[in-house]
Amino acid sequence: MADPIIISASPHIHSARTSKKVMYDVVIALIPAFLVSLYVFGYSAMILTSIAVISCLLFEFLIQKYILKTKVTISDGSALITGILLAFNLPAGLPIWMIIVGSLVAIGVAKLSFGGLGFNIFNPALVGRVFLLVSFPVQMTMWPTAVENNTVIADAVTGATPLGIIKEGLQFGETMTSLSAKIPSNMDMLLGITGGSLGEMSAIALLIGGLYLIIRKVISWHIPVILLATIAIMTSIFWLVNSEQFANPIIHILSGGAILGTFYMATDLVTSPMTKKGMVIFAIGIGIITVVIRLFGAYPEGISFAILIMNAFVPLINKYFKPRRFGSKIKAKIV
Amino acid sequence: MLKTFPKGGIHPAENKITSSKEIKRMPIPKVVYVPIAQHIGIPSEIIVDRKDKVEIGQVVAKSSGFVSSNIHSPVAGTVTKLDMIVDTSGYKKQCIVIRTDQKNESNFEEPNFPLKKEISMDQKDILKHITDSGIVGLGGATFPSHVKLDLKNDNHVDCLIINGVECEPYLTADHRLMLEKADEIIVGIQILMHALHIQEAVIGIENNKKDAIKALKKAAQSDKRIKVAALQVKYPQGSEKQLIKAIIKREVPKGGLPMDVGIIVHNVGTIFAIYQAVQYDRPLIERVVTVTGKKIENASNFWVKIGTPIKDLVNEVGGIPEGTRKIVNGGPMMGKAIKNTDVPVTKGTSGILVISEDEASRGEPKNCIRCGECVDVCPMGLEPHLLMNLTEKGIYETAANEDIMTCIECGSCSYVCPSHRPLLDYIRFGKSIVKKLNTAKN
Ligand code: SF4
Ligand code: SF4
Repeated sequence: MADPIIISASPHIHSARTSKKVMYDVVIALIPAFLVSLYVFGYSAMILTSIAVISCLLFEFLIQKYILKTKVTISDGSALITGILLAFNLPAGLPIWMIIVGSLVAIGVAKLSFGGLGFNIFNPALVGRVFLLVSFPVQMTMWPTAVENNTVIADAVTGATPLGIIKEGLQFGETMTSLSAKIPSNMDMLLGITGGSLGEMSAIALLIGGLYLIIRKVISWHIPVILLATIAIMTSIFWLVNSEQFANPIIHILSGGAILGTFYMATDLVTSPMTKKGMVIFAIGIGIITVVIRLFGAYPEGISFAILIMNAFVPLINKYFKPRRFGSKIKAKIV
Repeated sequence: MLKTFPKGGIHPAENKITSSKEIKRMPIPKVVYVPIAQHIGIPSEIIVDRKDKVEIGQVVAKSSGFVSSNIHSPVAGTVTKLDMIVDTSGYKKQCIVIRTDQKNESNFEEPNFPLKKEISMDQKDILKHITDSGIVGLGGATFPSHVKLDLKNDNHVDCLIINGVECEPYLTADHRLMLEKADEIIVGIQILMHALHIQEAVIGIENNKKDAIKALKKAAQSDKRIKVAALQVKYPQGSEKQLIKAIIKREVPKGGLPMDVGIIVHNVGTIFAIYQAVQYDRPLIERVVTVTGKKIENASNFWVKIGTPIKDLVNEVGGIPEGTRKIVNGGPMMGKAIKNTDVPVTKGTSGILVISEDEASRGEPKNCIRCGECVDVCPMGLEPHLLMNLTEKGIYETAANEDIMTCIECGSCSYVCPSHRPLLDYIRFGKSIVKKLNTAKN
């Protein structure tokens, strides 16, 4: 025997699944939505995504190599995902320097300062987004309208998100009936012909990717199904009580980044609970907070805040919603 | 829906390459190395000396306590040495070296023990035979069998479960035994039921062994008390607690034994050994071993004398193939990697698995991505990532409170972890420390 014999403890086989493969599955799942954003926003989608991805990777590289002096892990796919998700959460046409600042916050503050992949409490892309939203509210809510001809870079002048239109309209005394003419049809929202952040446009494209993630067992169905169900049930109640003052559940589900947040950020492995029980609590929490912010808070959307708030509870959820230990419920002896 | 245990578990590639290979008899080895610690408990006490002539089946080391076991000479020959040799554990253990005296090969060995159905012994005699014959759990746990059968007066055991699950990938020793010795196994079960006054027995077999299920159903036809349960293929179903849960839905309490819920579990191999001991007064001196691996030419199942060097077995299947990086005593999930092939087969050796380069090396551990997969697959409801973390940081008290001691070391967590975290390595270490702390406390 020429080769040395390896002595290691059992198990001696492995499922061959790696975290890298898991990460790249997420990237693959985001492709349909990216294609839609290219179609809707043209070059500016390309520019926004590239800048976000490149700066996320670059910041991770620079910080790990020169500041933390640890192993550089930019090939593990997680910074790539953060870059794409950050881009998807920003309006097309955002000034490039703001994208770079957002990336720095996402990678530097939300991820690496916590200890890197697996140690962060908050979803990095969302932290980047919320930081920008709070710091630059004007630019962050300037939604370019969809362009017919995708070679034209959209003008950052007009448009608002459907939920934004509704929120403003209701404040100025309009009713849902009068507003319905101003918001895109359900079909348009499903396909992505509407105002909003880059990647939250097409519910269909996001759902296709989400389904892929579930089939590939990257995420389980618990968080998406329960979160969307919570939003649907809560908004239905309000809508049934007063359909002139509250938008219907379909609008709530199809817009405001609900699908994007549900499938790609609430399900983030690192920042969501470990057990199925925990996931259920987490998803219900996000759903409730989202609806409360949307209907009664200052922001027409709100799922980003809801996810970050619930992220903070994850350590607690993990602590109190443990799997049931085998044999912990002592049964009476069988005689 | 087939029965199975509800929480956790995995389904690795089965790789049962040798399932259609009839059990062949290994040629009698020239020299056998018989360790005196082949079972869980106190090592046996050597009662032979250098140059002693020994017969097949003669006791060479006797049980030295309740949780201990007799050890018999597997061959007729001469004791040449009492030596320290490296066994499966990687440590040097005391061992009786016997050179086979081919001339003295008696009939005891050669086959034809016709099926003997009627059970003539009474309860006491049966137990004595099992105790004297050095029978231990052949599924791998090697727990002395008579200990499980010593029920005293508070006998409330109402069901005997026979473990024919063989959930480890690659291994087919139990599978073949069930096919080839179905009738004997049924008699073995009847012997135990008779001795323990049990009226119900269930044989659990995973559904990837349909032929064995059929064979045992057929053999058990005339005895309505014995049932065969086809189980969904899921690792680690062969673990006692999971098996009981799967078959009869009772849950062994934390820190308890199957007996606490009225169950006794025995492996099919053990049952066959009991049959031989009781019906033919034949001690445990050989067992079925699967010798396998993807690159092994003539992978097969063998009847092997205890003490046969693994080298002999490997030569029998065509030698160690090019590129071999690991040799495992047992299955890929729970077996032990061995240093070299001088190590002998013991009562607990169910298989020899030869693993080549592509399968052998472990991935480099990465950060935990908190995916929760280890939590999902843990059949004991533990949080392996947390236990590893606590052990790494030396917080053993908390690890104990998080039930680290209930880990059955099935390895499902390490198997699935996409970050290749050596979860079970740390958990094992943590367990050993917690155990020490506990004994120190008492
Ligand atoms: S923690 Fe123990 S029982 Fe649970 S999966 Fe890992 S090895 Fe198996
Ligand atoms: S399977 Fe591995 S990466 Fe996933 S939670 Fe467990 S230890 Fe962490």
